[in-house]
Amino acid sequence: MRFSLGKFTLPVYAVLAFIYLLIPIVYTFVFSFNNSLKTNLIWRGFTLDKWTNVCQREGVCEALSNSVMIGLISTVVATALGTMIAIALVRYRFKFRSSINLLLFLPMATPEVVLGAGLASQFFNLGVQKGIWTIIIAHIMFCLSFVVVTVKARVASLDPALEEAGRDLYANPRQVFWRITFPLLLPGIASAALLSFALSFDDFIITNFNAGSDMTFPRYVYTAAARGVPAEANVVGCAVFLLAILIVLSTQIRGEVKRRRLAKKH
Amino acid sequence: MAKEFVARGADLELKQIRKEFPGFVAIDNLDLHVPAGQFFALLGPSGCGKTTSLRLVAGLETPTKGKIFIGGKDVTSTKPHERPVNTVFQSYALFPHMSVLENVAFGLRQRKIDNPLVRAKEALNLVQLPHLADRRPQQLSGGQQQRVALARALVNRPSLLLLDEPLGALDLKLRREMQIELKAIQMEVGLTFLHVTHDQEEAMDMADTVAVMNLGHIEQMGAPEALYDRPKTVFVSKFLGQSNLLVGEVTSSSANSISIEVAGNKISVPKARAEKHKGKIAIGFRPEKATFLTKKPASSASTNVIGPGVILDIRFTGTSNQYLIEVPELGNITVFAQNIGQSPVIQLGEQVWISWAIEHSFGLSDLPAKSEKA
Ligand SMILES: Nc1ncnc2c1ncn2[C@@H]1O[C@H](COP(=O)(O)OP(=O)(O)OP(=O)(O)O)[C@@H](O)[C@H]1O
Ligand SMILES: [Mg+2]
Repeated sequence: MRFSLGKFTLPVYAVLAFIYLLIPIVYTFVFSFNNSLKTNLIWRGFTLDKWTNVCQREGVCEALSNSVMIGLISTVVATALGTMIAIALVRYRFKFRSSINLLLFLPMATPEVVLGAGLASQFFNLGVQKGIWTIIIAHIMFCLSFVVVTVKARVASLDPALEEAGRDLYANPRQVFWRITFPLLLPGIASAALLSFALSFDDFIITNFNAGSDMTFPRYVYTAAARGVPAEANVVGCAVFLLAILIVLSTQIRGEVKRRRLAKKH
Repeated sequence: MAKEFVARGADLELKQIRKEFPGFVAIDNLDLHVPAGQFFALLGPSGCGKTTSLRLVAGLETPTKGKIFIGGKDVTSTKPHERPVNTVFQSYALFPHMSVLENVAFGLRQRKIDNPLVRAKEALNLVQLPHLADRRPQQLSGGQQQRVALARALVNRPSLLLLDEPLGALDLKLRREMQIELKAIQMEVGLTFLHVTHDQEEAMDMADTVAVMNLGHIEQMGAPEALYDRPKTVFVSKFLGQSNLLVGEVTSSSANSISIEVAGNKISVPKARAEKHKGKIAIGFRPEKATFLTKKPASSASTNVIGPGVILDIRFTGTSNQYLIEVPELGNITVFAQNIGQSPVIQLGEQVWISWAIEHSFGLSDLPAKSEKA
């Protein structure tokens, strides 16, 4: 008896943990099909309307497009800057190198409320009008640390002899970067970019401190939550979730296909 | 506009090179001249600065002091990609994100040479790997990677090819084949090869000139036969083949030769084959140049004799045996004897005298360290 109990403990525990993790997502998903009126608390019947007419509800799509734009700009800037910092930190010896390494962890360790409030007071002191650009600046700031940490690991694992071989084979420093360093760092840079976008897209606290009247998606949901989140917000949430799953799956499948093809060839 | 291949090798000259790493002098006073079109081997123990020397020539390190000339041009301050030099790296350094073929074509593409893939395929044929062109380097064995690295450098036909132990990971048969192939390519194209190795047989077999390096400087340099026949320092005599060394004060000197006195034996060396002619010197001879006798021979003007000694150990090595002989007050002497008749030619524990021609002795410029058994 004890034996079979032990045999089942792990699977049962795993299933329970999964259910626990998935309940909020399933709930969001199911209620994105709710034929709701003003609030989306009670099941009122199935409809596809919310999926087909997301932008019908005032504010949802404006907030969404703001969030996507902010996410894209901060991701591009933070990834480019962060990659350069990461390479410099691994490859070059300079004064204050170790202190910079330490400082980069600060934004990750500091509570977001503190960061957000601190930045907001800076903008206030400088007389900067809050808006989309202050949000972007704030996002670049906190994404940067994550990019540096992610890419740095990749740079550290890169054999400097490869770049030397490139230089030896007639490539000038720029060609070495684009033909050797960059392609080899690409997996790290790509995951840093995805991470940045995800962080930026769902940031609420820092954004809220530094946004003027501009809405981002998390702010919209937060504000709407007082009256009950509209089903359209569920639709957006689910869509983002599905997109993320799709990205993960497609990279997995691509890797698998490549592996199979090579295995077949030889 | 496609550039033409460089068809001829260039000579290399290092002048008074010194290279310091933080807190460590890796190379000091290095002077080296490699004539154009030569197969030049740099031979030395691990850590003596061979790789560092090649990196200086390739431009991957800058010398602390001194100048580097390639084809008569001062390249000391030029960048690696501007030098007509390619390297086969000790660690291969193949690009993991490119196929084998693309690896080989890399240098050609950089220089915008016509038909890079055709030429790359030819280079892969040369190293006997055409069937692996589409693979990634990670999917090759160590020896295969090494050959790809060789092809990647060779395909560029550089005026000067630097090879950092390019055959180290190959088995004996493949190694022999690659040695012959390398030598053939070098002769055919007339490139200058600077070949680093710590395999002395490889160096002597392939090179026109061998330079023996130790502790960051060149100990001795010359044709393999000359180097073997007349080493000038203790290090060279022991590193290139084996040697027996005898140390003593010079006691007599004639018109053509000098002699030392060791443990009651008079050992002579021709003056022309000795670095020093007075004071305490070391005289050496090669184990295969000596023979042993079971009876004390009559003294002769043309041979050196030591003994009697006792056979301490016999090691069978195939075509010959190595005999270790303990001579009182002199230490252990090694003699090789061919297994022509019976093997071994003499039994363990027998008493023998050792004799070799005076003209096979060589006098060294330095003395073995005290702890070193002569
Ligand atoms: N970047 C460096 N910083 C400090 N010391 C170094 C550096 N590179 C090499 N050295 C030292 O310089 C010496 C020569 O190194 P090098 O790599 O040239 O040896 P090598 O002759 O190629 O040896 P091996 O046969 O093992 O490859 C070594 O003692 C090594 O520790
Ligand atoms: Mg080396």
